Amino acid sequence: MTQATDAAEGVLPTPSHTVGPFYGYALPFPGGGDIAPVGHPDAITVQGYVRDGAGAPLPDAVVELWGPDRDGTLPRVDGSMRRDPATGGHLGRNGVEFTGWGRVQTDANGHWYARTVRPGTRGRNAPYLSVCVFARGLLVHLFTRVYVPDGAATAHALASDPLLARLDPARRDTLVAREQGDGTYRFDIRLQGEGETVFLEFT
Amino acid sequence: MNTPRALTQHDIDAEIAAEHAAYEKRLAGGAPVEHHPRRDYAPYRSSALRHPKRPLVAIDVSRDPELVELASPAFGERDITETDHDLTRQHTGEPIGERITVSGRLLDRAGRPVRGQLIEIWQANAAGRYAHQREQHDAPLDPNFTGVGRTLTDAEGRYHFTTIQPGPYPWRNHVGAWRPAHLHFSVFGAAFTQRLVTQMYFPNDPLFPYDPILQSVTDDAARQRLVAAYDHSLSVPEFSLGYHWDIVLDGPAATWLEEGR
Repeated sequence: MTQATDAAEGVLPTPSHTVGPFYGYALPFPGGGDIAPVGHPDAITVQGYVRDGAGAPLPDAVVELWGPDRDGTLPRVDGSMRRDPATGGHLGRNGVEFTGWGRVQTDANGHWYARTVRPGTRGRNAPYLSVCVFARGLLVHLFTRVYVPDGAATAHALASDPLLARLDPARRDTLVAREQGDGTYRFDIRLQGEGETVFLEFT
Repeated sequence: MNTPRALTQHDIDAEIAAEHAAYEKRLAGGAPVEHHPRRDYAPYRSSALRHPKRPLVAIDVSRDPELVELASPAFGERDITETDHDLTRQHTGEPIGERITVSGRLLDRAGRPVRGQLIEIWQANAAGRYAHQREQHDAPLDPNFTGVGRTLTDAEGRYHFTTIQPGPYPWRNHVGAWRPAHLHFSVFGAAFTQRLVTQMYFPNDPLFPYDPILQSVTDDAARQRLVAAYDHSLSVPEFSLGYHWDIVLDGPAATWLEEGR
């Protein structure tokens, strides 16, 4: 199909579709959630469940994370899914460079985790990771954010974050990861219903 | 105990027609064109518990150049191999089926090419079977076809895949549900806001009107943009049939960032 244009709207977009149930041999890759370089002093682990409107975990969701390094710099580094030119297999990340991006699939329990670098602050925003969720049954992916608190160091930034400040307090908490100690954070994604996660659209 | 009556194609057809009529009514009332599906599209049963009921919270990207979502992850030559774009060459033997060439450009809403970005595809084989353990359709697997491809767009935003024409396959949305033949696409843009996962269809497939996933795009023109065009100039003599399909990413990009990578 050649591109369709509209005088007012420019080039018209390709519609979204669901990722379906059978992406599992195509999209996930080994080490997809091991985003932090090996031994990085600012590594954190983010983990949680993806649940539907009945509270049931999704065993077939994909979570992508994208975020800056400790200084708030967004990497321009490739190599998230390095390949082996000899075998065609996956080499994985090199453990040295930080690409900022990862992709994880929920397991049979609907659980996911990723190890990444604690994000730094950018502008007036409190430190956060961008999240994009895909699933069978979800016709258009959903964006949300994991805000990563760090005790007193982030208290002011979280209180003055432009997005969080707009949300009613009960909903705001769905975007802030819960500290579990030892650099581990809990972040559940509820697609619908009680405790429904705040999802974003960019305009 | 009464067993609920099995959901038929006739039931789904009626729901699809009702959704389409409701959209036409919204349009007639002055509502904007809907280029994407609504997430709560009842004829696709799996959407029922998997769509948010609260409105999305809008973020105006023009007010904050520091948004993480305005940049995109980068992919490079080390993330792909030489045979990734040719799904017919990933095993020792030739896969069964009709070879096809699929090519087009990756563009943003301004019509600018998106350069050096990652396009991933996956698909069923010629018999309509995915190489996935949870796939229940008893069509044969092809030991010479996995159905996964990757490529980076070139300096003009072009991509190019050689693969096998996928077969249609049954699924369990309702009795007699069949998916029209399609390729799954996953695409990155110049900004994470432009992320897209979608499906490409083949022209004149008789299954189009029956498929609640394709029909979830209720706008007729938008739905047509998911269908590739047969392009004889892309056909390779005595080898493959050619299809042309451009992909246009929605979502705002930061105009102050360097275009492409």
